Amino acid sequence: MTLDRMKRGQRCRILSIPSELVRAQALRFGIAEGEVVTCCEVVPAGPVVISKNRQEIAIGRGLARQIEVEGSF
Amino acid sequence: MAHCHCPGLKIEIPAGARRIVLAGNPNTGKSVFFNHFTGMYVDVSNYPGTTLDISYGRYGSDVVIDTPGVYGISSFNDEERIARDIILSADLVLNVVSAAHLERDLFLTQQIIDTGVPVIVALNMMDDAKRMGIEVDVDRLSQLLGVPVIPTVAVKKEGFDRLKTELFTARPGHATPGLEEELNQLLNRVGSRGEALLVLEEDPVIAARHGLEPDTRREEIYRRRRERVNAICQEVVRETSQGASVATTLGRWMIKPLTGVPILLLALWAMYKAIGVFIAGTVVGITEETIMQGIYEPAVRQFVEQFIPQSSIPGTILIGEFGLLTMTVTYLLGLLMPLVVGFYFFLSLFEDSGYLPRIATLVDRLLTSIGLNGRGVIPIILGFGCVTMATITTRLLSSDRERKIAIFLLGLTIPCSAQLGVIAGMLATLGPQYIALYALVIFSVLVMAGTLLSTLLPGKSADLFIDLPPLRLPRLDNVLKKTGTKSYHFLKEAAPLFALGALIISTFQVTGILEFLQNLLAPLTVGWLNLPRKAATAFIMGIVRRDFGAAGLTDLALTPLQTIVALITITLFVPCIASVLVIFKERTKKEALFIWGSSWVVAFLVGGLVAQLARLFSPAGDKVQVLPVILVFAALTLAIVGMCMFLRRARPTTNIPR
Repeated sequence: MTLDRMKRGQRCRILSIPSELVRAQALRFGIAEGEVVTCCEVVPAGPVVISKNRQEIAIGRGLARQIEVEGSF
Repeated sequence: MAHCHCPGLKIEIPAGARRIVLAGNPNTGKSVFFNHFTGMYVDVSNYPGTTLDISYGRYGSDVVIDTPGVYGISSFNDEERIARDIILSADLVLNVVSAAHLERDLFLTQQIIDTGVPVIVALNMMDDAKRMGIEVDVDRLSQLLGVPVIPTVAVKKEGFDRLKTELFTARPGHATPGLEEELNQLLNRVGSRGEALLVLEEDPVIAARHGLEPDTRREEIYRRRRERVNAICQEVVRETSQGASVATTLGRWMIKPLTGVPILLLALWAMYKAIGVFIAGTVVGITEETIMQGIYEPAVRQFVEQFIPQSSIPGTILIGEFGLLTMTVTYLLGLLMPLVVGFYFFLSLFEDSGYLPRIATLVDRLLTSIGLNGRGVIPIILGFGCVTMATITTRLLSSDRERKIAIFLLGLTIPCSAQLGVIAGMLATLGPQYIALYALVIFSVLVMAGTLLSTLLPGKSADLFIDLPPLRLPRLDNVLKKTGTKSYHFLKEAAPLFALGALIISTFQVTGILEFLQNLLAPLTVGWLNLPRKAATAFIMGIVRRDFGAAGLTDLALTPLQTIVALITITLFVPCIASVLVIFKERTKKEALFIWGSSWVVAFLVGGLVAQLARLFSPAGDKVQVLPVILVFAALTLAIVGMCMFLRRARPTTNIPR
């Protein structure tokens, strides 16, 4: 499954992030592959907002479509 | 603006003085520390393009240097490059960390520690953390990091005395496990441990400095660092309560379209009331008319005329219609400055409160269809203030492709506040159906141009990937200082361009080129746009200043349809000469010429299309049918968007963002 399919309030584990630069930036924000995050908002057809602890990140739809996740925690 | 890619940073360091470098994530309250140590204030923006000037000041016999707020140091953007170079040259780093966002902030802390420089951590925002139910074991944190950690509440100056007494107890901390050995291997090649670290982390600039190929271990090191930081947080952070605060809830509302759009409209309405009504009306009335045109211009004319007559060539250039000493100064100080200050005030307010990234998230979807991402909203909003200012601000966009698209759209479709004032005045006398026609035609051109560019330009724009900082009440002094810094930098950068523009136009006027162009344009104006011959003059004046163009139309006797056609054409027509100069400065000559040239083509094409369509749909009588024209434009837009979608489908997708 990919991140853009997540619904608000669902939790998921990030399996893979496509680009190396995005991975590096995500690691800085505190979100690594293998991490469990909460999908806290989905703008219809727009970005997905995920959170881990108090860190929130908005991810554009096109990118979210390429982030592999494993749902339901 | 000084782009100081140090070590070329020009900071005078007296002999024996230590370099104390302030570093931290965006919005950690770093500026308050800087201010406290040096007695100076500093811009605290977390958006690129605004913090490129590095502040520094004396603290006793030492020097304190500020750095842009960054999440890590590498070569991802200008801020990071600058922060990296300053941190690498530091004698000690005062790292400001938000206690409320330890997981995020400690990544930078650990990276700085890994460079081997002596570090002291100011654990700031202890009050915020407490309110959010976060407890941090400060002593344990200090033990784990291996550097002193001082809890502070910067806005209340709590902990500052202790920080000052213990500042020089800063020491190198515990590196990320395993890193030490890897660094030692490189150390004899590179000479500096900090630079060795960045070579390992694939920093191309630092590697090139030492004639080395960048290593490929960045991700692995980042991952180990992240693991270490998470482990530290696990040990020192205790959350006593969880639960959504008012700020969290409001923050969510700002992102959801259902609530976010009304909130955004409300914010824009407030902006319109403050800038469009109060500043553009009342304030500019005083600054432009009363002060500049009423007092300053007659005085400077009188003074200059003592030496040279106004009708002579140098007289025309200095104090003529577009004079360097008259129009340029009046325009910059009387009209532009109040508006620019107003726009930057709101931008700073949105930025400091944490609203700006949420606007970007809300509108991201719309902007991706025209090849931008959510962050593109910043130059577009600023464009309604001053297109020149907005064009400079496109520097914050993440890819060159996005800058291309944004600059093109700004130059073509966004009317600046000066022009908007005149246009609104003329539209107000016409019926609402004409206003709708104007707005919809301009909007459809924006959508068509953006969609076409986004489809035809190679590559793909970067996807949105931004941190949403917690909402907070902005501090007025911060917002005002930031507004001041930004406005000052803009005027400093733009003033010479406005002067150069005036000089070019005066030359045109003196040599008769302006008149020649007017005659050249006249047949097109009459035959294609169905406008009186004299309207060509208004268009040519639009090359100088967009509001001149619009204002030139008010004197003509036009039918409502002619007014709309003229206003549409003048809006799409070339940006003012200062904007054009900025475009030439920011882009290649070829691209700038293309933008300028296509503004001519699009403006006359669209203006003429509206005129001809209106004539077609109302052959007899003077009652103009607006609706069919709007429908034709809507159909045209849909056709182009549809075609572009088809083209994009057909193209192989290489969707991976940089």
